[in-house]
Amino acid sequence: MGASHGHDAADDETPGPRVLVVSAVSPRVRTIAVERPGPSDVTYLEAARKGLGVTLRHFVKNVLGKRRPAAALARGEEVAKQGLVPWNEIETIQYPEEKTHYPERFRGLHRLMQRDDGAVRCVACMLCPTVCPAHCITIVPAEADDQGVEKKPAVFEIDELRCVVCGLCVEACPCDAIRMDSGVHAKPVEHRGDAIMTREKLLDLSKQVGKDPASTATQGGEGPDWRE
Amino acid sequence: MQTLYAVLDHPATKWVLLVFVMVMPLASLLTWAERRQSAMMQDRLGPNRAAPTFAPWLKLKGILHFVADAIKMISKEDFIPGNVHKGLFTLAPLLAIGPVLIAFAIIPFGPTIYPHVLDGTLDPLLLASQPEHQDFLHSIRLQVASFDYGILFYFAILTLSNYGGTLAGWASYNKWALLGGLRASSQMMSYEVAMGLSLMGCFLLVGSLEPGYIVGAGASSKLAPSNPLNWLWLWQFPALVLFMTAAIAETKRAPFDIPEGEPEIIGYFVEYSGLRWGLFFLAEFIEIVFISAVITSVFFGGWQVPFLDADGFRIGGYMAEVNGQLVSTGGTVLNLPHAVVTALQLGAFALKVILLCWFQLLIRWTLPRFRADQLMNLGWKVLLPLALAWTMLSALFKLAAIHFGWV
Repeated sequence: MGASHGHDAADDETPGPRVLVVSAVSPRVRTIAVERPGPSDVTYLEAARKGLGVTLRHFVKNVLGKRRPAAALARGEEVAKQGLVPWNEIETIQYPEEKTHYPERFRGLHRLMQRDDGAVRCVACMLCPTVCPAHCITIVPAEADDQGVEKKPAVFEIDELRCVVCGLCVEACPCDAIRMDSGVHAKPVEHRGDAIMTREKLLDLSKQVGKDPASTATQGGEGPDWRE
Repeated sequence: MQTLYAVLDHPATKWVLLVFVMVMPLASLLTWAERRQSAMMQDRLGPNRAAPTFAPWLKLKGILHFVADAIKMISKEDFIPGNVHKGLFTLAPLLAIGPVLIAFAIIPFGPTIYPHVLDGTLDPLLLASQPEHQDFLHSIRLQVASFDYGILFYFAILTLSNYGGTLAGWASYNKWALLGGLRASSQMMSYEVAMGLSLMGCFLLVGSLEPGYIVGAGASSKLAPSNPLNWLWLWQFPALVLFMTAAIAETKRAPFDIPEGEPEIIGYFVEYSGLRWGLFFLAEFIEIVFISAVITSVFFGGWQVPFLDADGFRIGGYMAEVNGQLVSTGGTVLNLPHAVVTALQLGAFALKVILLCWFQLLIRWTLPRFRADQLMNLGWKVLLPLALAWTMLSALFKLAAIHFGWV
C-alpha cells in the first residue's frame, strides 16, 4: 500500500470501503466513500424479490419434477433425464423403505455361526468378552458334548446397548464363531432387557437376514476368495 | 321452502358455514401445507408418513399429520403453571382466536344467490329494473354482515386479538412471556397504523369501505366488475404491497416473528401447552386465511371470475345504467345457469384465497427475520410515510379522474 501513496486508489482491489483519495503526505490518511442504504435497501424490496425468486424456483422444480430413483440417490449418481419431466432436487432417502449404499464390511448386529451339524461354533474360549472394551459380552461356559472342543457356551449374551461396534470380538475369535456382517442396525427397544441378544437370537439372525450360518470365513468377508 | 331460505340467509348459518366449512379446514390444512411447502422450497420431502394404524397405506402425502397433531394436542395434559393469573391465562387464547373468527363476518365469499332462478339464467337487466320481481323474491347474500364501515370493523376487531398475546404474556408470570407479550403489542400497534392507512387509497378510489361493494363495483364504472383490469391490484399496486407487508406483520409470523423469537424468548405462549397452545397456533393460521380473504376481496375482485357476469361469460360489451345501477350488457355472451355461475364464483374465491395463503407461506419461508429496531424502522419510517404518500396520490388521481371523466 505504501508504494501507491499519492496515486488515485479507485482501482484498489482490496476489500473494505472504496477509497477515494489517499493522502500524499501520510498514506494511512485517506478519504473513503460511505455507502448509504439506498431506497431498495430500506424497503428490502430488491432483496425480497431475489429471495422469493430462488425459493419459488426450488418449489416449482421440486413439485413438478420427478424424484430420482432411490438407488441412484443412495450412490450419489447422476441419472440421465427420462422424458420431458426433469428430476427434482430432493436428496432425501426414506430410510426404512430405501437404504443408502452400505460398504461391504459394514458392522451390523452380531450373529453366531454354526458348525455343519448345527451346533454352535463357539468354544467358550472367553477371548471376546476379554477383549471387549465395553464389557457387553457375557459367556457362561459349559462342558461340550463333543470332547474334541472341550467347552461350549451355556449362556452367550451380547448387550447391544453397551456394544460400541468396534468389531474386536470378531477379530479375536479364533474359530470364526461370531461375525458382525448381518447388515442390521440395532433396533429401538422399549426396555433395556430387550436389547440383550441371547444365544438363540444370535443364532437366529443368520436365518433372518438370509445368510448361511455355516459358511466358513474367506479373506475380505463373504464371497469368493480374493486369491482365486 | 320459505323457512329454508330464511334459515340459509340468517347470518348465524352463513357464519357457521363459512367458518366450519371453509376457514377451519383451510387453516388446518395450512399446517400441513406449511410443512410440505417449506420442504419443497428447501429440497426436502417433509412429513409424509402419518397414517392410521389400521390402514398404514393411507398416507395421502402426509395430510393426516394435522389430524395426528390435533389428537396429540387434545390428549395432552392441560397444564397451568402455579403462579399464573388463572382467569387471564385461560382467557388469552380465546382472545387470540375469537376476534379473527368474528372478523370473517365482513368477508363476501360469494355472490347473492336467487334460489328461484338457480336452474335458469339470471337476467341482470331484469334484476336491476324490477328488483321486486317474483324471481328475486328470496335471496341469499353470501356475506355474513355488510356494514357500511366494512373494513374498519376488521381493524377494530383485530385490535382485540392484540390483547390475546399481551394478556398471555402478562398472565404467564414469566419474564420471557412478558417480553414476548410486550413485543407483540408494540408490533401490532405500530403496523395497524400502516395497515389502515395503506387501504385508504382503495377506499377513496371505490368510494366505499364495504368489501362486498368493492367486489361488486371495481375501480371504474366503465368496465365490468368481472374484468381483471378493473380490480384494484392494478390501480392500487403500491397499496397491495404495503397492506400485505403490514398484514403479514400483524400475523406475527416470520419475517416479523419478533414476539415469538424462538431462539431467545420463545414468546408470549412459552407457558402454554396442549390445546391452549394449539389455539394460538390455529389463530395464526386463521389469520393467514383471513388476510388472504381481505386481500382477495379488496384487490383481486373477491368472488369474481374473469369475464364471468351474472348471466354468463361476456367478452366486450358495455355498462348500462338501469335504475341507478350499472349493469354490463352486450358483447359476446356464453349464457350459463345461475347455479353454475354461483359455483364458479365460489370456487374462484376459494382458489384466490388458497393462492394468497400459498404466497404468504412462500414469504414466511424465504425472508430472514427482522431485528426489533429494523422492524420498527420499517413500520414507522417506511411503511407509514409511503402509505400516507400513496393516500395523497390516490386522492389526486381520484380528483383528476372525476375532473376528466375517467371513472
